[in-house]
Amino acid sequence: MASPVVHLPEAQLRPLLASYDAAVRSRRFHSLLVMACIVAAIGLSSVSAEVDLAKFFGNLGNFTSYIWRLFHLDNGAWVWADPVEWYWGAARWLRLLGETLLMAYVGTALGAIGAFFLAFLAAANVAPRPWLRLLVRRFCELCRTVPQLVFALMFVIAFGLGPLAGVLAMAIHTLGALGKLFAEVVENIDMKPVEGVSATGAHWTAAMRYGALPQTLSNFVSYSLLRFEINVREAAVMGFVGAGGIGMDLIEAIRKFYYSDVSAILLMIVVTVAVIDTLTSMARHRLIGMEERH
Amino acid sequence: MLRLDGVVKKFGDKRAVDGISLVVPKGQMVGVIGQSGSGKSTLLRMINRLNDPSEGRIFFEGADVTRLTGRELRQWRARCAMIFQQFNLAGRLDVLTNVMMGRAFHAPLWRALLKLWTHDEKAMGLSALEGLDMARLSGQRADTLSGGQQQRVAIARALIQEPEIILADEPIASLDPRNTQVVMDALQHINRHFGITVMCNLHSLDLARKYCDRLVGLAAGRLVFDDVPAALTDSVARDLYGLESGEVLGPESRPDLVPAPGLAIAN
Ligand SMILES: Nc1ncnc2c1ncn2[C@@H]1O[C@H](COP(=O)(O)OP(=O)(O)O)[C@@H](O)[C@H]1O
Ligand SMILES: [Mg+2]
Repeated sequence: MASPVVHLPEAQLRPLLASYDAAVRSRRFHSLLVMACIVAAIGLSSVSAEVDLAKFFGNLGNFTSYIWRLFHLDNGAWVWADPVEWYWGAARWLRLLGETLLMAYVGTALGAIGAFFLAFLAAANVAPRPWLRLLVRRFCELCRTVPQLVFALMFVIAFGLGPLAGVLAMAIHTLGALGKLFAEVVENIDMKPVEGVSATGAHWTAAMRYGALPQTLSNFVSYSLLRFEINVREAAVMGFVGAGGIGMDLIEAIRKFYYSDVSAILLMIVVTVAVIDTLTSMARHRLIGMEERH
Repeated sequence: MLRLDGVVKKFGDKRAVDGISLVVPKGQMVGVIGQSGSGKSTLLRMINRLNDPSEGRIFFEGADVTRLTGRELRQWRARCAMIFQQFNLAGRLDVLTNVMMGRAFHAPLWRALLKLWTHDEKAMGLSALEGLDMARLSGQRADTLSGGQQQRVAIARALIQEPEIILADEPIASLDPRNTQVVMDALQHINRHFGITVMCNLHSLDLARKYCDRLVGLAAGRLVFDDVPAALTDSVARDLYGLESGEVLGPESRPDLVPAPGLAIAN
């Protein structure tokens, strides 16, 4: 069968090709420049951060011997030879682990609720006021650039030792991180439904509620679950600065060289995190699956 | 020759397409008509395998295309180009890049991913665009174009696939009258001059009668009409479209121009 495309003569083609090339050249140059900058930045940062391979290999032995000691009881036996002795503090550690999970849950929930409301104010395509959008963006930036442990330390000083400080720190960091992600979700929506609702004279909040929200909800939930996974890990170290959870016992065991306690607590944390990761990613995939099936 | 053999598509309990058998000889221009929800889109999408049939089989030139997977499935799709009501272009990419997707099956994957089209491939894309009076916009982002322009880009993409069938799913439903004519003329030209089979879902019977060699009518997923356009009398059309008939038949064939009492209030 003849091709349905009638080829133009070369003379007619040349100006068309030239004008296409001119149109895309600046975009292509731009992306090459960005790539070159990224490669250069990786090279420079590893030099200036003194990533010293000789030092790494020289001290590898110390690290492996530490690991070896972690898995031995005080009497010199392997830890799994006497599980009861290894997990002598199981009841207390389980309670602390529960507290850790609760901290992560409350911190994530509070942060996600805040981020949900800020996202629509911060998204470029739907934001009602430009100045408010900038303000919200800066606020979210501030919330997520200060590390959680720094916030936690500040709250411990203000409110005293305990989980309250950890929850607040996590909520604020989550607010900043999810606020940005949620805003990006909103920026990627199809504007047609929003225009459809707005054109009826509906209030901005109604346009968001009926035009934008249905497109974003499943992504919001999915990102919140991902954040919960991260926060479970973060909550485990909150105790390092006295902000509640199992981290308090972990840091004490590390400092006082209770080797077998360190491995016992670490193992509990690893198993818990793995279980939470599996459950939440199952939930997220279900959600994505539902989305695709409509 | 395209042959559908008892094709069924179920969505849950609903039979969107309910046992359709059909033979389309090479080079025919077939209009698929029927109320919205009658299964026209689903039928076309199954031929391209965007939806898989729940039952029945589809043959092209004697080969079963319902069981194809992997590269063979992609090859089949390259042979039956699809044109959508909503154009389905990548709005953030430029026009020529969108068109070049029509060569994505033929070019080696690494070249396709890096946008490294050869001179000949680009020449083909630009020629197809020029044939639709669109080459001068080749560097522009697709989402900056009007609907009619976007549909012409989509047609150019379909053309450089060098397909044997073109499946057009209500290609003109979002277009103004002038662009409707441009797009339908283009499809007719492709059909007449290159012998490419065209299957086109249409909502308007006037257009279906004007452009197609043969009309296939669906109602609730079943085939209820299959004949030359002249055989589609107004009374058959009214059966096919029920309440929607006034809107698809055009003003001259509307039986009652007296508005129903309740409608006057709207003004
Ligand atoms: N992805 C889907 N999931 C569930 N039902 C669907 C899906 N696609 C189509 N349908 C249903 O199948 C029927 C036929 O739809 P469609 O083929 O789009 O009709 P047409 O194109 O003739 O308007 C409709 O009742 C529609 O609601
Ligand atoms: Mg349809």
